[in-house]
Amino acid sequence: MDWINLLTPLAASAVIAAIPLMLAALGELVTEKSGVLNLGVEGTMLMGAIGAFAVTVQTGSLWLGVLAGIAAGVVMSAIFAWLTLSLMANQVATGLALTIFGIGLSAYVGRPYTDATIPMLRDLPIPGLSSIPVLGPSIFSLNPLGYLSVALLVAIAWFLYRSRAGLVLRSIGEAPSVAHAIGYPVVRIRYLATLFGGAMSGLAGAYYSVGYLRLWQENLTAGRGWIALALVVFATWRPGRTALGALLFGVVMALQFQAQAMGIRIPSQALASLPYLATIVVLVIISRNRQTIRLNAPASLGKPFFAGS
Amino acid sequence: MRRKVLITMASLAAAMLVSACGKQENTTANAPAAASDAQASAAPAGKGPMGVAFVYIGNPGDAGWTYAHEQGAKAVEAKFGDKVTVTRVENVPEGADSERVFRDLASKGNKLVFGTSFGYMDSMVKTAADFPDVTFEHATGFKSAPNLGTYDVRTYEGAHLAGVVGGHVTKSNVIGYVASVPIPEVIRNIDAFTIAAREANPKVKVKVVWINSWFDPGKERQAAESLVGQGADVLMQNVDSAVVMQVAEEKKIHAFGWDSDMSKFGPNAHLASAAIDWSKYYIRTVDEVMQGTWKNTPVWGGIKEDEIKLVAINDKAVPEAARKAVTARHDAIRDGKYDPFTGPIKGQDGKEIVPAGKTLNDDEKHQINWFVEGVEGSLPKQ
Repeated sequence: MDWINLLTPLAASAVIAAIPLMLAALGELVTEKSGVLNLGVEGTMLMGAIGAFAVTVQTGSLWLGVLAGIAAGVVMSAIFAWLTLSLMANQVATGLALTIFGIGLSAYVGRPYTDATIPMLRDLPIPGLSSIPVLGPSIFSLNPLGYLSVALLVAIAWFLYRSRAGLVLRSIGEAPSVAHAIGYPVVRIRYLATLFGGAMSGLAGAYYSVGYLRLWQENLTAGRGWIALALVVFATWRPGRTALGALLFGVVMALQFQAQAMGIRIPSQALASLPYLATIVVLVIISRNRQTIRLNAPASLGKPFFAGS
Repeated sequence: MRRKVLITMASLAAAMLVSACGKQENTTANAPAAASDAQASAAPAGKGPMGVAFVYIGNPGDAGWTYAHEQGAKAVEAKFGDKVTVTRVENVPEGADSERVFRDLASKGNKLVFGTSFGYMDSMVKTAADFPDVTFEHATGFKSAPNLGTYDVRTYEGAHLAGVVGGHVTKSNVIGYVASVPIPEVIRNIDAFTIAAREANPKVKVKVVWINSWFDPGKERQAAESLVGQGADVLMQNVDSAVVMQVAEEKKIHAFGWDSDMSKFGPNAHLASAAIDWSKYYIRTVDEVMQGTWKNTPVWGGIKEDEIKLVAINDKAVPEAARKAVTARHDAIRDGKYDPFTGPIKGQDGKEIVPAGKTLNDDEKHQINWFVEGVEGSLPKQ
């Protein structure tokens, strides 16, 4: 069989599957860099997905829908931020509660929208580049949300490692009391980082419901929020590696179906377990080098901050 | 401060419980919903309306498995009016959780309880033993009791009719099949589909991709796209969501709907939908329990009983020859003159599995774990 005809759909399918994982993981990365651990990504994604879908159905506008998805994500993370940053509730427990809350509430809100139809977000191929074999159709022929995701990746990487504000954000994740002593508003910055993470999860959900599947069903994301959370650790809190990790997941997810469609006789259950096996293998490899984790993991991750402590 | 946190956490937890647990909906034909509990509990005492309950794995929505059952529940309401009180409990998870729901429904005076998902089986067996006066009916199960019957539908007959159309329509001779979980029911559908497709066009190959999940629209989409990438110009499915239809519409190829009419998700792509219709069965069963004539007899209805049909055939996409062939095959199955699982049937490796002249009986059909010739794809070894 022709390799190009084989790899092209694989790459395209992998990139599209990777985008929502990457968006949610990048948002969580920024949140965690400020020292806040928000385990509510799955619930937030679902609220973003139904928010975007419902508003698209009601208004007929995909872009209003996407904005509503982002807004739903911000509201979810605002609840989380208020509970954990203002009221000092336990971050792990609150995050888990937020996910269960989001699963239930999105199912309830989404009831009238089950199997409504919405228009498709058109792909915008970049002339010339999109005809490059294999990579062209996958990277240079995305829908607008796909391009936005790539732009966000670059912007977040630049912000964290090249801007002064990013430096402040990271320092708050490492040593909040020191940052506080110099006069930075620790809680306010953590609020902003958490809201940004929620916005990204909401966008990831919106991408999934209106940009990719074009439908709503209960529990639509089917656990992808958890994969995004794992990706942050998998990527040792680096934006570039987060994108690569998401892509790796996308490739393995796409590969299991491609291999079956090609008639490769590997049990489909074994193929289905590949992404998780890959995660464990990479985690083991990363953990062998403790320094990579120690250097990048925010030192005060998940610890509440009391001014004056 | 600490107390405030606790209160907020508790209210968040309460909110999530409210929304995560199954929503119970009581509806009566002409009494306000609030009164239905009282009515239902009064039912066993004498002449009041008979309590009939449906337990759903999901919510009805506009399409799919639960939707098909809900149409049956509505038919019961329409037929019996104020002689019945119909209760639905939606989003009931399989396993131990469901037992609480079944016990609750039985103790509230319902005389007949339908459980509509395979995983309710053991909960229903246990509940039925404790409520001998209540009749239970379990969809797709294989365990029964004196007051617990089973019912199922011959979805493979619908898949077979779809196969007739698929064989006529495909030009690439590759049909993609998005399959859920490798159990005999799904394998049987794939086989019956392939037998018909290859009868219409012996060059047809049916490529099967398993998503190994009952529900994951993301995987369904990737599976469908992979099949299109491998040359499929017609997609068949054994999953509930409309994603496969949407992919076909986007790629300008064709697809079949499953469980209910899915034509609105792909007006051009849609060839036909294999739709389940439980209404006759539900009406008959309610009537039997009401008259006291109900006996535990396993029900496996198909085309003959009008429980599965090929609906919404797309005139623009399906040639007349195919429509005629479908009608002929439908009538032959209805009249008992044809059965898709009649030999000679060759297996995937070309060796004969069912000899000429032999037809698989229901027990054998229930245990199918092999692919027929023409299917490309693998089955997990048992």
